[in-house]
Amino acid sequence: MSLFILASLVTPGIGLIFWTAIVFLLLLGILGKFAWKPILNAIKTREEGIEKALGAADTALKEVRELKSNNDKMLLEARNERDALMKEARETKESIVAEAKSKAQKDADRIMASAREQIINEKNAAVAELKNQVASLSIEIAEKILRSDLSTDEKQKALVSNLMKDVNLN
Amino acid sequence: MPTFVAELKVVFLLNMISILPKPAYLKQVFLIVLVLLLSIKMKAHEPTEPDSLELVNAKTTTDHNKAGDHGKHEEKVNIQEVAFDHVLDAHSWHLWGDHEHSVSFPLPVILKTDKGLVFFSSGEFHHDTHGKVVVEKNGERFVNYKEDIYYASESQNAEGEYVEFAVNEKGKNTVTNKAPLDFSITKNAAQLIFSALILIFLFTSMASAYKKTGVTSAPKGKQSFLEPFVVFVRDEIAKANIGPKYEKYVPYLLTVFFIILINNVFGLIPISANVTGNIAFTFVLSIITLIVTNVSANKAYWGHIFLPPAPKALYPILIPIEIVGIFTKPFALMIRLFANMTAGHIIVISLVGLIFVFETLWVSPVAVAFALFIDILECLVAVLQAYIFTLLTALFIGSAMVEHHHEDKHEEAGAH
Repeated sequence: MSLFILASLVTPGIGLIFWTAIVFLLLLGILGKFAWKPILNAIKTREEGIEKALGAADTALKEVRELKSNNDKMLLEARNERDALMKEARETKESIVAEAKSKAQKDADRIMASAREQIINEKNAAVAELKNQVASLSIEIAEKILRSDLSTDEKQKALVSNLMKDVNLN
Repeated sequence: MPTFVAELKVVFLLNMISILPKPAYLKQVFLIVLVLLLSIKMKAHEPTEPDSLELVNAKTTTDHNKAGDHGKHEEKVNIQEVAFDHVLDAHSWHLWGDHEHSVSFPLPVILKTDKGLVFFSSGEFHHDTHGKVVVEKNGERFVNYKEDIYYASESQNAEGEYVEFAVNEKGKNTVTNKAPLDFSITKNAAQLIFSALILIFLFTSMASAYKKTGVTSAPKGKQSFLEPFVVFVRDEIAKANIGPKYEKYVPYLLTVFFIILINNVFGLIPISANVTGNIAFTFVLSIITLIVTNVSANKAYWGHIFLPPAPKALYPILIPIEIVGIFTKPFALMIRLFANMTAGHIIVISLVGLIFVFETLWVSPVAVAFALFIDILECLVAVLQAYIFTLLTALFIGSAMVEHHHEDKHEEAGAH
């Protein structure tokens, strides 16, 4: 009895072998054609799409980073340029100011020099004129002396003191 | 020389457990060993060992004697019979009730006799499985004895059975009647067809969902439930074990995985059939695996079998071992699934049967608690065995396609 049951447990029945083979192979064929192929293709396509999207996102990120670094670089360059320009401007300003200063100094010097020269000239002219006047005055005096009455002593003396007064004034 | 002996030992051991040496598979190997241990533990409970069989036998006979002595308990439950009725195939789909009071769906009986094909409904046996009801078709007479169909004897024996017995050398009765080839749509065949239809419905509608919603949108409903399984089989089983040429084998592995899984799960439902615990089913699947493995095998695989890397003097020993190894792998597959599923069912029925053996309700809390525990374990085993079968199939295919000779690879690499 037990062996009988055991034997039927481990003895594959021809009928079930037959039906299992048929059902399994049909199932494999039908599922393979109508289910596994579209499902696996769809999953693969989706995975590829996801991979592609991730790749694209990565590239985009990289691009953004590159762009940003470019921007930073440009900004830095601009700043440097600005600094350079400022520096240059400052230098130019300084040089202009310095130049102006030196020019002004020179002008002032020149003016001073010419003024001094003029003063000297004026002075010389004045001295010359004074000399002339003194000469002419002397001549006049002499003339006056000559013209005036030099007869008396008092008169002579008065005359000389008068003249001397005049001389002293000069 | 000692290293060679060690290698021989290893080769033999590996053939025994049908796993190939690959460090990458360590995780799987561990898992398989675990499952094997689990199986051994289960089989220990299963009354397949001669000792326990005799024990159960003795018990049932004493039960019968007692019943005879006291004149009551005529319907003493024979747990062994009940258990095997549940795990074995049947010609009708039994729902509940006993013998003539049972409620069941009749299934078509298809017989190939000497005179040709014979068709009739299993209802014509009127639930009889003891060879007492004769069905006559085209002048041929058939009886159903323990769900096997025989040509009926001319006359009844003392117990009203139209079968004759002979005692074999082991002292056991065997039916001596001739039997026609039985191609009936049995309970298992019916459930197999039913589950195949469900799979076709599930996966074709899943496939059409991709067409409808487009492939780039997120999966919904059935798609999101089944897709992880499909992706798991493709990536973790096929890609991981077969290698670069895995795509060709994914449809086969998926079909194997889902047909086993769905029938394992169906098998847990009380009135259903035990398809994956039937050796004919596992036999067909492992035969197909055997064919697929050997058809896709490469030169290195055959070279390893017929020109193993060992001294020529040992070829007479090694070559037969290697050839046997071709068959032991799928054989182990066949037995593993069959034994695991059958053992689980027998344990559950036996535990519930304890109530009837002890004939007291006080056992029921313990019996039900244990049966529930085993049932939950069976849920795990249902998925695990589907995984193991598919994984090992992929492993065998992969191992038949792998390049064993590493020197060759280096040479190739050097040449490039």
